[in-house]
Amino acid sequence: MGNQRTQYGIHIGLILVCLVVAFPALYALQVSTLTLEEAFAVPPKLFPPSTDFFNNIRGLFEGQNFDRLIVNTLTVSMVVVITKTAFAMLAGLAFVYFNFPGKWVLFFVVLLTLLMPTELILVPLSNLIADLEWVKDSPQLALTMPFMASAVGVFLFRQHFSNIPRELSEAAQLDGASPLQFLFSVLLPMSWNVIGAHAVIQFIAMWHQYAWPVFLGLSIEDQMIQVGVRQSVIVGTQTDFGLLMAAGVLASIPPLIFFGLLQKQFMSGFALTRDK
Amino acid sequence: MNQQKRSIIPDRAWQWLVLLASGSFLVLFFVPQAGGLASMGSLLWDALKSFPGFVADIIDYYKTVPGEQLWPSMLVGAVFGALSTAVVYLSGNTFNLARFTERTTLAVVFVGAFAGGIGTQILLYPAQHCTYASDIDGAQFRLGLLVTALSALILLAPLWALVRRRKSPHQTNTHLPGQYRSYTLPYLFLVPTLVFLGVFLYYPAIQITLVSLRRKIFPLPQEQFACLENYVSLTKDTVYRNSFSTTLFITFFVVLFSLSISLAIAVLASQNIKGASMYRTFLVWPYAISPVVTGVIFLSLFREGGVGLLNYGLDKTLGISPHWLTEKNLAPWVIVAAAVWNLLGFNILFYIAGLQNIPADLLEAASLDGAGRIRRFWRITFPLLSPFTFFLLITNITYSFYGIYGVVDTLTPEGGPRFGPGGESGATNVLIFKLYKDAFDTGAPAGLGSAQAVILFLMVATLTIVQFRFIERRVIYEG
Repeated sequence: MGNQRTQYGIHIGLILVCLVVAFPALYALQVSTLTLEEAFAVPPKLFPPSTDFFNNIRGLFEGQNFDRLIVNTLTVSMVVVITKTAFAMLAGLAFVYFNFPGKWVLFFVVLLTLLMPTELILVPLSNLIADLEWVKDSPQLALTMPFMASAVGVFLFRQHFSNIPRELSEAAQLDGASPLQFLFSVLLPMSWNVIGAHAVIQFIAMWHQYAWPVFLGLSIEDQMIQVGVRQSVIVGTQTDFGLLMAAGVLASIPPLIFFGLLQKQFMSGFALTRDK
Repeated sequence: MNQQKRSIIPDRAWQWLVLLASGSFLVLFFVPQAGGLASMGSLLWDALKSFPGFVADIIDYYKTVPGEQLWPSMLVGAVFGALSTAVVYLSGNTFNLARFTERTTLAVVFVGAFAGGIGTQILLYPAQHCTYASDIDGAQFRLGLLVTALSALILLAPLWALVRRRKSPHQTNTHLPGQYRSYTLPYLFLVPTLVFLGVFLYYPAIQITLVSLRRKIFPLPQEQFACLENYVSLTKDTVYRNSFSTTLFITFFVVLFSLSISLAIAVLASQNIKGASMYRTFLVWPYAISPVVTGVIFLSLFREGGVGLLNYGLDKTLGISPHWLTEKNLAPWVIVAAAVWNLLGFNILFYIAGLQNIPADLLEAASLDGAGRIRRFWRITFPLLSPFTFFLLITNITYSFYGIYGVVDTLTPEGGPRFGPGGESGATNVLIFKLYKDAFDTGAPAGLGSAQAVILFLMVATLTIVQFRFIERRVIYEG
């Protein structure tokens, strides 16, 4: 009896927690359906949703290039996710399945970059991009190239590979498989969960990029989505909160879908890496 | 759902499909960018070609540097290196002064002195040994000593690791079973990672350190060597000091609240009840919402007058309507609230993953021993979660230092309500926000901005290393 009561207690607690956690997002969803006048109504219109949602979305697509921004951000994020994964797997292969002079120094060189976020070196980095003349000629390279290698991925795959039984690589060597053959036919099939987890982290990190594209000074149609959201804050003298929230909602949908699709891989990818 | 997919399509085919799709996507992306890639190639080639010139510059510099600036710096580094290496070497398990006379100890101390002396030159060459000049002021000289020690540490830290490793017998660097034997392939595999890290992280990091030693106004080309002037003037700058304390304040509360709240929620969501996985799904998705969007949502929630939801509610119930974003005592709390909400999903996700990993039999055994719920949590669950707490601590601190920019820029684009004597300080003018303002506004002192970036890097690095040492010790202690 008492046990059942605690069960109900937990259910009620969780429902309350979910509501509190979801509240700001639900509120954003509600505001995104309001017209300009309704968004400034007293008392605030909390329920029911109004009719202006699709109008606001259309406003974003027509007036603020959101179609370009979404396609652009999606392309940039996918390119970074794929190359990062490939580079990190190669580096993990080198660190786990080889023994070579300078291994620890090189590993430390990679490790140190964990503490060197791009946010700190925006000025010299944008000077470098200016020297390469990428801002005008190939803005997508300016948005992707600085993020193609990272310590996080190297760590994740190094950790994952070192948990894989040594017998597998011994057997592969006896069969005469080259390291790359071993990577493709043995390691890759065993790594999809980690690849999924890594992809989620990197995709969301790229999708959330804000400071770097702002300071690059790209023209608006080459920009990334977060810059677009931020720019809808000031339209004329008064911020159109309905439009702004619609921008926020729209900008959150792709990462939500990506995350939803790979959530299982994400959870089990990290489950694998933690037991040593 | 994934299980079903796998049963329909054979595993192998599905893999090749993913590989083929990503490969062709990359080709389609990069082929039109050939021109841009070529310019990167020529830049790399130029860098390689300028290497002999770079070495010649160093040699020239050391031929002309005044001895009374060079030797004292080496001496400081050597003394520091000898003493610290001796302490590290002798304090293995117990500090044993008797071993100081052994020949190996002397050898280690000698190597330490040598590494320390040479190490000082890593940072002092770019600084042109300026803090050892005779006409330098006291503040810069003292800071110079700190830089000398830091520079020596770059070589000393790996030496200490080596010394410690030598002493523990079970860690040797031999060939492990299943490792390939090749001396070219591993480097080849590391080339992409190292080239990209070198060009887009290390090179700019070196540049920013060099600029921090110069006097320079942002768009103008003129610049002048300024020794450590920028750093010294930062320590005297009240606006910078205020930014510093604002950052620490916001970081402390963001980390405290986001970790404790998400741990509590994760524990609740990990109870053995029906539909637990559904609740988990509902709780982790805020991870997908960006700092900018978070800022935008909280901007709308905290609007003033009757239109903002929060103030409407407060006005109706308590009869108050605080000026959330224009009052200097309130604005930082709005930032904290937004950042905590933004971090919750990510933290809950990792804590749930950690809680799933805790062996149930351990908790059961404790419960049979009569340990209550709360006791079990603090004695078993919490210590076993410590690797996750450590990881989240670092990511949350990094977020509060750097990632918070999107939140601050959307909620308080001017750096928050003004305060201070001349009203120059902003209540939410955190270090990263001030850094961008100083670095990119026209007429801004670029040297100062770069010095701020270097200090911010050192702060986060120190915090991370301290935490790492602390956690490492605790884990060993428990294990």
